[in-house]
Amino acid sequence: MTQTNTAPLARYRTMRRIRSFEERVGELFLRGASAGSMLHLSIGEEAVVGVTAAMTEGDSFTTHHRGHGVFIGRGADPARMMAEIAGKEAGYCRGKGGSMHIADRALGHLGANAIVGGGIPHIVGAGLTYRNLRSGQVSVAFFGDGAMQQGILYESMNMAALWHLPVLFCCINNQYGMGTRVDRSAGKLAFSERAEAFGLTGARVDGTNVEAVHQVATALVAGARAGQPGYIEIDAYRFYGHARMDKSPYRDPEEEAEGRLRDPVVTARARLAVAGLADEADLARIDAEAATEMDAALEYAVEAVAPPLASMFEDVYAPGTAQPRPQRDRLAAILSEGSRA
Amino acid sequence: MSAFETTYREAIRQALLDAMQADPDIILIGEEVGLYGGAYGVTKGLIELYGAERVIDAPISEPGIVGVAVGAAMTGLRPVAELMYVDFVGLVMDQLANQAAKSRYMFGGQIGVPMVLRTQGGTGRSAAAQHSQSLEAWMLHVPGLRLVMPATVNDAYHLLREALRQPDPVVVIEHKGLYTMKGVLDVDTPDGEWGQPVIRRAGTDVTILSYSRMLHESLAAAEVLAGQGVQADVIDLRCLNPLDDTMIFESVRRTGRAMVVTEAALTGSVASEIAARIGEACFDWLEEPVLRIGGEDIPIPVSPALERGAIPSAALIAEAGLWLVKREAPAWAP
Ligand SMILES: Cc1ncc(C[n+]2csc(CCOP(=O)(O)OP(=O)(O)O)c2C)c(N)n1
Ligand SMILES: [Mg+2]
Repeated sequence: MTQTNTAPLARYRTMRRIRSFEERVGELFLRGASAGSMLHLSIGEEAVVGVTAAMTEGDSFTTHHRGHGVFIGRGADPARMMAEIAGKEAGYCRGKGGSMHIADRALGHLGANAIVGGGIPHIVGAGLTYRNLRSGQVSVAFFGDGAMQQGILYESMNMAALWHLPVLFCCINNQYGMGTRVDRSAGKLAFSERAEAFGLTGARVDGTNVEAVHQVATALVAGARAGQPGYIEIDAYRFYGHARMDKSPYRDPEEEAEGRLRDPVVTARARLAVAGLADEADLARIDAEAATEMDAALEYAVEAVAPPLASMFEDVYAPGTAQPRPQRDRLAAILSEGSRA
Repeated sequence: MSAFETTYREAIRQALLDAMQADPDIILIGEEVGLYGGAYGVTKGLIELYGAERVIDAPISEPGIVGVAVGAAMTGLRPVAELMYVDFVGLVMDQLANQAAKSRYMFGGQIGVPMVLRTQGGTGRSAAAQHSQSLEAWMLHVPGLRLVMPATVNDAYHLLREALRQPDPVVVIEHKGLYTMKGVLDVDTPDGEWGQPVIRRAGTDVTILSYSRMLHESLAAAEVLAGQGVQADVIDLRCLNPLDDTMIFESVRRTGRAMVVTEAALTGSVASEIAARIGEACFDWLEEPVLRIGGEDIPIPVSPALERGAIPSAALIAEAGLWLVKREAPAWAP
């Protein structure tokens, strides 16, 4: 695929849209319209667009609980995402899953996961499918640095390497798992060496530089497609609390201020201007369009209707098979049949 | 004066604090238990008091955390491993069910595993399908494990203290919806003996058996029933293993009517087990079938309205009670 110089601008637009979206998720919560407070914003991690842009149509992926940005990078409709985060019928999962469980088969999203590491082996399974079907597709797992300490990751890496599967492991290292900084959760921080020890191609990239991420990811995705699985680590910083309620009291304010200077969106914007790929007016227009789009997504989600109560019984099992029996039906049957009058 | 008002959360913290003070072999190990103070704030300040050797912040490695606790328990420490959500128990089930629970037996009584696994479950925060479950039945089904689920502030303290005196592994499942609940803690006087249920409200017409947060829905239902002239005997099971069922049978034989209330998905639940025991032991005394009121047999949906609808309410419990005692059919009945 040839690289046109409009691509960096498109990547900037996606990053800005992610930032705007996440800000609106915060607003949704403040307006009391979100389903709960377990909302994990990916602000500061927008360079993941370098990876999502290296994937092509038909490629699949799973994400961790902080996956809004990844999905927008893969073409999500922000209105349907926001509606899901609000627990509405119009959401991607009909209000069943919420922020931590968004999925969309059509766009290759095999599911966001609230179990740290839970979605990682699924991409290895997807890789197995693509190998056997010789379909040429690639599957990518997105996860945090916290998942680097889960055993399932290493079982997955080993199988991917052993069977030469078309998969990529993408660790978004934002330096924290909840309140634990990464140097308090691992004895050795050179995570890409772990991947290499299993036989993957490993790389670590500066998370403020979306173009660098994109360049490395493009090579790794191509390698994966050819049967050499890879690992890419995006070195980023979690700008805000772990979830919406967390104010990160455990972080040194100075460290936090410095971390927030490592802003991939601001950096990309400045680089585009310097490289002459866009002028301030172009960039301001992109920013304004993103804001308008995400305002609309927010309003859409707030206005959308809640799922009907009876829908809670749907999709536990496939339609047309035996379904769960609602409690009131069971009790009503006992009340009438069981009565000895 | 040893009785004072506090919260469920503070009572658990106090139990950990007092136990660690009394027994230097007790350690805490889990994710975010130290500097962060626990995902729900239960262990706040303990690392400052007891240091990082006894309050151990572990990586996100649940099977490792529980397995390490098993090994430490085998060799002389008394670990309290924390699982941030009971939903993660799937990850640790081997260490819990195949290792901790079976060592004493497999090794002919030589190697006990005196550890506590603290965790929390339940709905109420739109935390969705992987952070809202009530999985106590999984653990009740494993011989070798003990299991307690406190519903009151006093029990939150005493059941944990007692768990830390047991020679075998004890799972303590707290409820995320109870942490801010206030009540009286009397550090000298437990609500009841280890293994014994407690009657939380005395009545003669129907026995309502429950535990954890559903005890409070059951008590609210009993209040509604009282307004209709129906007196419910409300029993808090609190210790699911060991569980002495004598008091349960006495109550049911008095009232002739029983229902068991749980927040967990009903099929294969603790409520099913208790109902079966009542059916076996109280058959001749029963005026009506033993009713089980539980969570719907579905994963927990994120949408707040659906989430509330997925678990029993005081209204439903009261409706079932009125039917059992007065044959008053609820509006939704045929
Ligand atoms: C198996 C499991 N253990 C613990 C948790 C609780 N938890 C949720 S997110 C999180 C931190 C994850 O950190 P990381 O993987 O770095 O992702 P980040 O939140 O930084 O994006 C923890 C401990 C969980 N959801 N699942
Ligand atoms: Mg992280």
